[in-house]
Amino acid sequence: MDPVVTAAVPASLEVAGLAYAYPDGHQALFGVDLSIERGERVALLGPNGAGKTTLVLHLNGILTAGAGTVTVAGLPVGKRHLAEIRRKVGIVFQDPDDQLFMPTVREDVAFGPAAAGMRGPDLEARVLKALGQVGMAEYVDRPPHHLSFGQRRRVAVATVLAMEPEILVLDEPSSNLDPASRRELADILRSLDVTVLMVTHDLPYALELCPRALILSEGVIAADGPTGELLADADLMSGHRLELPFGFDPKTVRAHG
Amino acid sequence: MHVPDGFINAPVSAVAGVAAAGAVAVSLRGARRELDERTAPLAGLVAAFIFAVQMLNFPVAAGTSGHLLGGALAAILVGPFTGVLCVAVVLLMQGLLFADGGLTALGVNISVMAVVTTVVAYAIFRGLARLLPRGRRSLTVAAFTAALVSVPAAAAAFTLIYAVGGTTDVPLGKVATAMIGVHVLIGIGEAAITALTVGAVIAVRPDLVHGARGLTAPLRLRVGGELIDAPGTTPAPAAAAARSHRKLWAVGLAASVVLAGFVSFYASTNPDGLEKVAHDKGFDKGEKEHAAADSPLADYGIKDISDARLSGGLAGVIGVGATVVAGSAVFWAVRRRRAAGTGPASTASATEPAETGPAPTTSTPSTTEPTATASATEPAENA
Amino acid sequence: MGAGHAHRLYRHGHSPVHALPPHTKLTAVFCFVVVVVSTPREAMWAFAAYALLLASVAYAARVPLLFWLKRLLIEIPFVAFALLLPFVAQGERTEVLGMSLSVHGLWGAWNVLAKGTLGVAASVLLAATTELRELLLGLQRLKLPPLLVQIASFMIRYGDVIADEMRRMRIARESRGFEARGVRHWGVLAKSAGALFIRSYERGERVHLAMVSRGYAGSMPVIDEATATRAQWTYALTLPLTALAVCLLGWTLS
Repeated sequence: MDPVVTAAVPASLEVAGLAYAYPDGHQALFGVDLSIERGERVALLGPNGAGKTTLVLHLNGILTAGAGTVTVAGLPVGKRHLAEIRRKVGIVFQDPDDQLFMPTVREDVAFGPAAAGMRGPDLEARVLKALGQVGMAEYVDRPPHHLSFGQRRRVAVATVLAMEPEILVLDEPSSNLDPASRRELADILRSLDVTVLMVTHDLPYALELCPRALILSEGVIAADGPTGELLADADLMSGHRLELPFGFDPKTVRAHG
Repeated sequence: MHVPDGFINAPVSAVAGVAAAGAVAVSLRGARRELDERTAPLAGLVAAFIFAVQMLNFPVAAGTSGHLLGGALAAILVGPFTGVLCVAVVLLMQGLLFADGGLTALGVNISVMAVVTTVVAYAIFRGLARLLPRGRRSLTVAAFTAALVSVPAAAAAFTLIYAVGGTTDVPLGKVATAMIGVHVLIGIGEAAITALTVGAVIAVRPDLVHGARGLTAPLRLRVGGELIDAPGTTPAPAAAAARSHRKLWAVGLAASVVLAGFVSFYASTNPDGLEKVAHDKGFDKGEKEHAAADSPLADYGIKDISDARLSGGLAGVIGVGATVVAGSAVFWAVRRRRAAGTGPASTASATEPAETGPAPTTSTPSTTEPTATASATEPAENA
Repeated sequence: MGAGHAHRLYRHGHSPVHALPPHTKLTAVFCFVVVVVSTPREAMWAFAAYALLLASVAYAARVPLLFWLKRLLIEIPFVAFALLLPFVAQGERTEVLGMSLSVHGLWGAWNVLAKGTLGVAASVLLAATTELRELLLGLQRLKLPPLLVQIASFMIRYGDVIADEMRRMRIARESRGFEARGVRHWGVLAKSAGALFIRSYERGERVHLAMVSRGYAGSMPVIDEATATRAQWTYALTLPLTALAVCLLGWTLS
């Protein structure tokens, strides 16, 4: 899934000069610029409080930019296209219990497409397809709270896939997963034919899944480049409070990859 | 325990159902105005919280324990409208899922436990919070008083309903002492827990305490979980307007608290004045059984039931009725003036319980046909 | 209440009663209870007839008798109250086993016990044969305000999640050697309750964000529709209609 980009296809995501302050005056973003081409998988790294979640909430118009613009597949994020934007930007939140708010898996996955007006057999097919993509089709009638954490996270991904988004935004996808679930999720994400922006602290996971990484620090993009190179740059990493797990060397991993 | 079927006769149950439906309809509108599209998830989660917190056991002594009823807590934390909705939904689900509380008595249960408790508690809390000097201690005191009064108020409301539609003739005079006494005890427990809980929330997230909006100056919005605070939820600074009406508040509140509290207490502590047969043996026995069987904090439904009938009840009801009417009048007056003066949306919403106040009493048309309650909340949609 | 709420009453099965659309069942149970409550208490045989009716429904639903009776325990506190009535009620008195009882109170106790028990029994049958999800759909079909159904739906979805958080907080307290033994410890428990509220509320805000992110604009999309055929309605309403006949008989005979 390398970025096979032709000039005609607009970038999946374009952020320019984005600045934002919360109503209480605390400013979180100070001019973010980034661009993600269609089909890319990009990791967004950064220490706690760097503004990662704030940035994510701008991508589908939940927060409105104080200055600057966000463009999704050529469509500016704003009141006029909000419904369309929210269909195109699929955000998977950190806690699957927040994401899975309906009584059964099926209804939860159907929520997005149904909100967009889909009904009947089309809806059913869409639901089953999305659940199939994450390998959860057999759990369609279960209530979400009867699933394991890893299963819930996969269903959470399916709820977003069902909307056939332009870009999939994952907030800490690997948090709280055991190694097996972590790997299963990685396999699923790799198999998807969709642009991915992954917000994470999990540097090995970022390296495993995303060829390219961005470092968000103090409200701006501090670095943008191939994930392996960024992780290997010790000064850059420590300058932004990013630490590799003990015994993990990105160079040797790259050699394997 | 909640009121079961067959306890209140059909016509009165139907009227209570209509009243409850009216109150729920008003609350639906009110909540939507305050929370707009966030109503469903927020009220749903708060309902789940109330449901869960009712299972939190507070040990009293010697192995007994009690738990929160939650009406006052809901009112103070999320406001009267959302509070009524949350408690009403909890009652509905308890009736349907756990057979707890009769389906035909749903109207009675909602009127008493959701509407009366919540509205009385909110009116008192709001009023006291304005009267007392600013600060956390005052809010705690206000929460304590609000919860303390709300429980006997609900008991009194139940007494009124029972007096009109009870299916068994329990003597009038024997009621007052135990009725109010037991409920003051329960109220004290409820008050302590409510005040402590509200205090705990104020210490961490003062912005989440609805009843304290515009009072804990300067109000800050914490950006703790990062996923919060859509713009526009910041309460407008109502402080300036509030101050100018303090006197009015003082008079109105003093009057209603005196009426609600003291009139019913007076009636209860001096039962001879109303009825000479206070210390009947059978009755004493009944009271003892309560003391033994239930902690003071246990569910109050059964006590509501056992002690009911006119004399003391009427006094309490007059008190509560007066509270609601007086409180509503004050709210209404304040709101009118403020609307004329400044009129930002959020100040209006903060002082709007005036609408819930009279709702249960005014929206009781003469629908005595039992099937009128076919779904206690059904008419809400058209209302 | 209390522990009684930890388990749900639903009992999985494939009986004709399970298969009925939820709104027909809700309507049937509600009408049945209304009929029961409107029956004159003097018509004792009518209540026996109601009990028989319910028993036949339980049989059709393949709800085991023991299961059903156990679930009736929820009304115990109020049975205790009903037993008090003959002692405290007014009016002429009668001697039973050496005790002076009020005739009126006896009737009252009978009235409350019979109607209350039938009400609980009917509700238990409803809850035992109808899934949570179905109940919500039924309420929706019965034109309960959609917002109210949504609130109930969220409450059901997150009730367990929050109860679980509460349990974890208790374990955390106990792990640090704290055990609430009396009023002195209320402060700590109340802090937990306060924290639980904040967590619940913040979760509500996050859930709202998740909903908005998937296109929510104030009303839930219609995904499932419960529909009922005329035959199903007829089947469901057999219960209250038979009961109504009994009730009318009760009024004319007494």
